[in-house]
Amino acid sequence: MSKKLRVATTSLAGCFGCHMSFLDIDERLLALLDLVEFDRSPINDIKHCGPCDIGIIEGGVCNAENVHVLHEFRRSCKILIAIGACAINGGLPAQRNHLDLSSCLTEVYLTEPGLAHGHIPNDPELPLPLDKVHPLHEVVKIDYFIPGCPPSGDAIWKFLTDLIAGKTPELGHGLIKYD
Amino acid sequence: MLPDNDMRFNASGQVWLDKLVVQHASDASRLLQILLQVQERFGYIPHQAISRLAEKLTIPLARIESVASFYSFLHLQPHGEYRVLFSDNITDRMLGSQALMDQMCQLLWLQPGRVSEDGLVSIGPTSCTGMCDQGPALLVNGRAITCLTHQRVQEIAQLIRNRTPLADWPADFFRVEDNIRRGGLLLDNKLSPGAVLHAAVALGGDAIVEQVKASGLRGRGGAGFPTGMKWEACRKAAGKERYVVCNADEGEPGTFKDRVLLTQQADLVFEGMTLCALAVGARKGFLYLRGEYRYLLEPLQAVLQRRRKDNLLGNKILGKSGFDFDIDIHLGSGAYICGEESALIESLEGKRGVPRSRPPFPVTHGYMQQPTAVDNVETFCQAALALHMGADKYRAVGTEKSSGSKLISVSGDCPRPGIYEYPFGVSVREVLQDCGAVNTRAVQISGPSGVCVPESEFGRKLGFEDLPTAGAFMVFDDSRDMFEVARNYVHFFAHESCGFCTPCRVGTSMLKQTMDKIADGHGTQYDLKEIENLDRVLQTSSHCGLGRTACNPVLHTLKHFRPAYENRLKSLMFSPAFDLDGSLARARQMTGRDDAGAHLKEME
Amino acid sequence: MSDTFQLDGATVPFEPGQTVMQAALAAGHYIPHLCYHPEFKPHGSCKLCTVKVNGRTTASCTMPAEANLNVESNIEEMNALRRTLVQMLFAEGNHFCPSCEKSGNCMLQALGYDLEVHATGFRHLYPDRPLDASHPDILLDFNRCILCELCVRASSEVDGKNVFALAGRGITKHLIVNAESGLLKDTNIALSDKAMQVCPVGVILPKRVGFSQPVGVRRYDQRPISAQALDDAPRQTDASGNCEACEGSS
Repeated sequence: MSKKLRVATTSLAGCFGCHMSFLDIDERLLALLDLVEFDRSPINDIKHCGPCDIGIIEGGVCNAENVHVLHEFRRSCKILIAIGACAINGGLPAQRNHLDLSSCLTEVYLTEPGLAHGHIPNDPELPLPLDKVHPLHEVVKIDYFIPGCPPSGDAIWKFLTDLIAGKTPELGHGLIKYD
Repeated sequence: MLPDNDMRFNASGQVWLDKLVVQHASDASRLLQILLQVQERFGYIPHQAISRLAEKLTIPLARIESVASFYSFLHLQPHGEYRVLFSDNITDRMLGSQALMDQMCQLLWLQPGRVSEDGLVSIGPTSCTGMCDQGPALLVNGRAITCLTHQRVQEIAQLIRNRTPLADWPADFFRVEDNIRRGGLLLDNKLSPGAVLHAAVALGGDAIVEQVKASGLRGRGGAGFPTGMKWEACRKAAGKERYVVCNADEGEPGTFKDRVLLTQQADLVFEGMTLCALAVGARKGFLYLRGEYRYLLEPLQAVLQRRRKDNLLGNKILGKSGFDFDIDIHLGSGAYICGEESALIESLEGKRGVPRSRPPFPVTHGYMQQPTAVDNVETFCQAALALHMGADKYRAVGTEKSSGSKLISVSGDCPRPGIYEYPFGVSVREVLQDCGAVNTRAVQISGPSGVCVPESEFGRKLGFEDLPTAGAFMVFDDSRDMFEVARNYVHFFAHESCGFCTPCRVGTSMLKQTMDKIADGHGTQYDLKEIENLDRVLQTSSHCGLGRTACNPVLHTLKHFRPAYENRLKSLMFSPAFDLDGSLARARQMTGRDDAGAHLKEME
Repeated sequence: MSDTFQLDGATVPFEPGQTVMQAALAAGHYIPHLCYHPEFKPHGSCKLCTVKVNGRTTASCTMPAEANLNVESNIEEMNALRRTLVQMLFAEGNHFCPSCEKSGNCMLQALGYDLEVHATGFRHLYPDRPLDASHPDILLDFNRCILCELCVRASSEVDGKNVFALAGRGITKHLIVNAESGLLKDTNIALSDKAMQVCPVGVILPKRVGFSQPVGVRRYDQRPISAQALDDAPRQTDASGNCEACEGSS
């Protein structure tokens, strides 16, 4: 038997919905585990991504930490897959893109009614937000995209098995969706 | 006269507008011409004027907004008593226009593209104004000022600050030179007004068409369609009326020969149009004059008036019964796309200048869906000359497939820019020698949509066999960065795309983004691939020539001057189009943080 | 006996005055399209229907059918082009399908599905396009506008109202409404207007009926757009493709 493919997954500015959908491949997860092993992923507790064959990322890029993680994945993974609407076009978080970041922060932390002594959080522990939310492909090279909000378990299964079998992944009617 | 324009639309403004509408016979096809006059009076198009026009012309309000917002010289908001637009062709830039615009912005305390807070002045760039041989140039309230220097910019700023009416500005600011450097059968002709028409009236329509066909004359606007065939098709097409249209929307950056013809040879232009009217059976003609040449309107109208008096226009021209023809001048208003003949016709009809789907072509379904012959300014002149000389003699000039002469507009790196007339078949090298260019790296033939010719190909010849041209001949010496030349042209196309079709509307913007990304130092090989992809889409699916040729400057410079691009690329396969650390600047400012975690490095 | 042309190897009959698109749909052959609508005069702006005719690319919705043309549509070169055009439209506007009530019934989305468009690929423009929620019964979400002009045409040609128009130029081109205030509430639009029915995407929406169909039973959940479009095709009435009312509008 050939060596298992090493796979890492993470969520940036996402809701982990795509990861939940990933788990929706149900018992096929066991079949998948015959083919792959997991590096950094919510499934285990590995904090940093090592050399991998495939990286799967949900969520867009909205802050400095997202950028660090995305860079780590790009450096470590031969193939990088953007999964879900947020990774692909910024999704819900990107709906702040037509607003100015300063006015967002001011309104949320300073001028919103009911705030007493509001201040904009400045703890160095917190990642700073970027002025715009970006889809992954605007920050690093992305090799494949699995659309959907979230993509169904079946779509993820079809996509990954195509890819692992060395085929160009195709979803087809019913599996490809943007919502 | 501006700038004494009344920025408010009050009762007297309404009386004036109502009168204006009557002058235009309450005809909605005159909408653009009406809007231009509204803008000249008020400095912009007040909202109340639009409402009133909608009522008086019985057309939807939204249609007026739709038309007005298409043309870049029309403003729906107050845009300053003085509206200054710096010509932004690459030749203006090479002469230092950007520094001059910055200087004027500093002197008048404002940002490019903005209106000053007191509403006095706005300053911004505009597409080539056709003064490339005497640049850098600008337009102030539509009037051209040439030969800008720091001194002149200072004087202009002072005049604006003092609110001096334009009529009181020094006359030599507005002087436009013809700069004719080399004449030929067209520029040296000594024909008296009406000479060609006299002969033509005796010939009759069919014979004129045959003569023009036999002369081998082809359109001088760039596409080179045989003129005689066009006239014949128009003559034979079924229609209630026929129209002759002269395309004087000389918008291709680097081209200014029509401006000189309209200054020096207006009679010959109108003679050619009248000849065409006789040939195709038209009673009405239009000259569509680009807004940048607004200053030529009154002189041209005076020529028309004289020709009417001399019975060269009007009813029974030269006594021939049934030969009735007159010419109306329509102004454009800052839309390059209106140089495309079907877009020009839409604009003549008072609409947005969006190219039509073809077929049908204007010769059968043109102005008001009637047969229409649209030709370039120079083509009409050449047609008159061809008829005067006789087909054989005319054909003897030039080459086999390109008969006659061609006017070339030379600009850029040479000591003698201006207008040169040559028989077709002249080589690029000969033109360069005549204009005194040295150390030439490349020549852009026929403007951004044309061809970039590198030194190794200077033996190539101008003519339909090899290098067809509308006339632009922009010279770049070895100090020039051909990437920046291409980038300037790409910006031009993105600005001028009409937005009708997806590939051109979005593609030209994406192309501009990609070129800017490379210019900003974020470019990679990946972006060159992106350019190739965009090019394929633009070329194969655009609605008209603008989109199909928008990639040419990039493709040609990539082919001949690839290092100009590659020197700017990063070694990475991919880099974001934006500065990662810079995109945290706003958050740093808001939180007051500057620790290591508040910064991002580019990916190693 | 009508003339015929070849479309991807099939013989397609046509009547004089029909375009390639009209003849193809009538004969049961699908050519992808967005701004084309069988009830309106074609104007050819989206360019999704671009085909190769005798080796040259052109929009099939405006190309008059002629005898013996060789039309190539379902070939990789054209589909690759269409993929890029769909991507351009997605990048140009703000298309967030999960929060759009037109999702599942949207032609742009369905075309993306049919063409296996997995992502936009381009840098998103994220334009700022405020909503118009002024009308009591109708919402306008300009974020999703693809500038196909179908509402402009429907309102002017069928409804006789001219509620919509396009303003601006190039990438700043945008939809406007015909009112002093610029707001939909001050127009005479009505829920029963044709203009309410023709938007291929989610710009013109009746209020209070959003998300009424569950996922799975929406129009393009059931069958791909290539199959749905053929069902719609026989609706076409005016084979000449001409329409007097269109001549006056731009």
